[in-house]
Amino acid sequence: MQPRTLFDKLWDAHVVVPETDAAPATLYVDLHLVHEVTSPQAFAELDARGLSVRRPERTKATLDHSTPTLPAGADGRLPYASADAQAQVEALRRNAAKHAIELFDFDGGERGIVHVVGPELGLTLPGTTIVCGDSHTATHGAFGALAFGIGTSEVAHVLATQCLLQRKPKSLAITVEGEFGPGVGAKDLILHVIGVIGVNGGTGHVIEYRGSAIRALSMEQRMTVCNMSIEAGARAGLVAPDEITFDYLARTPRAPRGDAFARAVAHWRSFAGDPGARHDAEVRIDARDVRPTVTWGTHPGQVAAIDARIPPAADADTAKARDYMGWSEGAAVAGRAVDVVFVGSCTNARIGDLREVARVLRDRRVHPRVRMLVVPGSERVKRAAEDEGIDRIVRAAGAEWREPGCSMCIAMNGDLVAAGQLAVSTSNRNFEGRQGKGARTVLASPLTAAVCAVTGEITDPRAFLSTEAA
Amino acid sequence: MSTPASSSPARDAVRFSWRSVVLPQRNIDTDQIIPARFLTTTERHGLGRHAFADWRTRADGSPNPDFPFGRAENAGAAILVAGRNFGCGSSREHAPWALADLGLRAIVSSEIADIFRSNALKNGLLPIVLDDTIVDELLARPGLELVVDIAACTLALPDGRTFAFPLDAFARTCLLEGVDTLGYLLRQDAAITAYESRLPAHEESTHAR
Repeated sequence: MQPRTLFDKLWDAHVVVPETDAAPATLYVDLHLVHEVTSPQAFAELDARGLSVRRPERTKATLDHSTPTLPAGADGRLPYASADAQAQVEALRRNAAKHAIELFDFDGGERGIVHVVGPELGLTLPGTTIVCGDSHTATHGAFGALAFGIGTSEVAHVLATQCLLQRKPKSLAITVEGEFGPGVGAKDLILHVIGVIGVNGGTGHVIEYRGSAIRALSMEQRMTVCNMSIEAGARAGLVAPDEITFDYLARTPRAPRGDAFARAVAHWRSFAGDPGARHDAEVRIDARDVRPTVTWGTHPGQVAAIDARIPPAADADTAKARDYMGWSEGAAVAGRAVDVVFVGSCTNARIGDLREVARVLRDRRVHPRVRMLVVPGSERVKRAAEDEGIDRIVRAAGAEWREPGCSMCIAMNGDLVAAGQLAVSTSNRNFEGRQGKGARTVLASPLTAAVCAVTGEITDPRAFLSTEAA
Repeated sequence: MSTPASSSPARDAVRFSWRSVVLPQRNIDTDQIIPARFLTTTERHGLGRHAFADWRTRADGSPNPDFPFGRAENAGAAILVAGRNFGCGSSREHAPWALADLGLRAIVSSEIADIFRSNALKNGLLPIVLDDTIVDELLARPGLELVVDIAACTLALPDGRTFAFPLDAFARTCLLEGVDTLGYLLRQDAAITAYESRLPAHEESTHAR
């Protein structure tokens, strides 16, 4: 047999009906994650056709996008941004109850951002296919699962048949060798990668991240990398499972136990690329070339090292991005005043991210000009952080400690950046108006974001770390 | 709720003459096509009035003269020509719902993002990818009457020059014959059931509760 890539093996293992010239493959979906924004129209389609959910036990629902991050008021009511937002949440409650789908709701202690909840509960398993009506489903690829975002029509397809019609994408290997310098982490790496391959550099491809620098990343860091694969246009990102993956899974509440776990690990180990397996394209990155990296423009491919200057506008689009963001030509990235710092989202709201932020904020104050929001990715992350006293450090620094949700990343729950304000954000998209109409977003790592919150301006975290060490 | 078949504008015909409207920017993302604050709907319909919401007005609230959709000469335009990498960003199907609700039937660009393209096809919105040079010409000449032949997968300019565009054979069949893709999947029940009998036991236990 031809040597196969990890992606080939994942694909082959899930083909129900093979692809032909005339029709795409029918691909089986092992786990379908559902949230309130992209599911109501799909459930309505099932209702209209009198269909039921084929595998409710392989369908898990959570509430994250439209939900408030402020707690319930004295009257016990959650402060929804609108009646529509609340209606959307109630629609998912009704649909989940009707179809016997487990819903991680406000009262259960496991609610959170869909791409935080799946991995931390042990629902996300190597060797599986995972879909969700959400483009950041790519996150789950960190476990060696083929995971990608789908539209609402396809959500209906999966609800009714547990399958999708798919043409096999191409494969792009991104090999990262070497060690990262101080102050450089997974977020800097993925921003650097998108800068190298471009905001459309992954279109039509599934990315496999590999190499010694990827092997050295924790599961949370691998999730940060895979999460933003879509920001380069790729449907999915993958990391082959290894001991770090199995150790992580062994500590999750729902992964197999005992002998079943050992058998599962043996199965999961088979999901690695064969020696000599060919990718359609490869990009090699030297980890030492990655500096703390942020976005300066209005898409995630417009990145700069934090000690660099805004590149000259080569065309009308980059000039427009520069003007929208309020940069003068050739300005230094560092030193720009910051209005808002947002720590959160499916990219960077896990416990490791919050620990990094707390390390900076401990015994320090958020700059008086800055409003800082820290939004844990899930109820479990929030509890773990509070057990360690991270909430007290965040509050003592003058930042807001919120309830879990997507919050200011997609800004549809009322958590907004005002027009003209500059937000340093650990999220994944810096599109025009993403965090509020007229808002300006600079994407950064949790470390960089926390440092910016303290200094009140865009700041190289390495300079900050060196003063800390002195 | 309509099926993909009955919502397809191409069901009864293969050849259309559509007037073009132009947005020359590259990387037009789904947050521009339909900002997230309009995603709290539980309906598919009526999103056209929110399409490109943040581009319709200037900072002072007055209509943006550079935004083409509001202008009289673009009334009835059904084919949007846009810069490279149209539809990047989120998986929200609200984006093609909003564009179809505006009356659009096709998008022309030199590159169209994967998830948007898939979503567009399910809503009778035809993604047409052409070479940069042709797209650049179309971007420079708004208001052209373009003839699109879905059966032949060609786009013709008023001067008769005709360009082929790629269209997946299955997508083409769906558009031409009104194939109901969910129904197509439902008819594979036997194969799906056979596949499910081989699922690894550890996954069944993980998802059993």
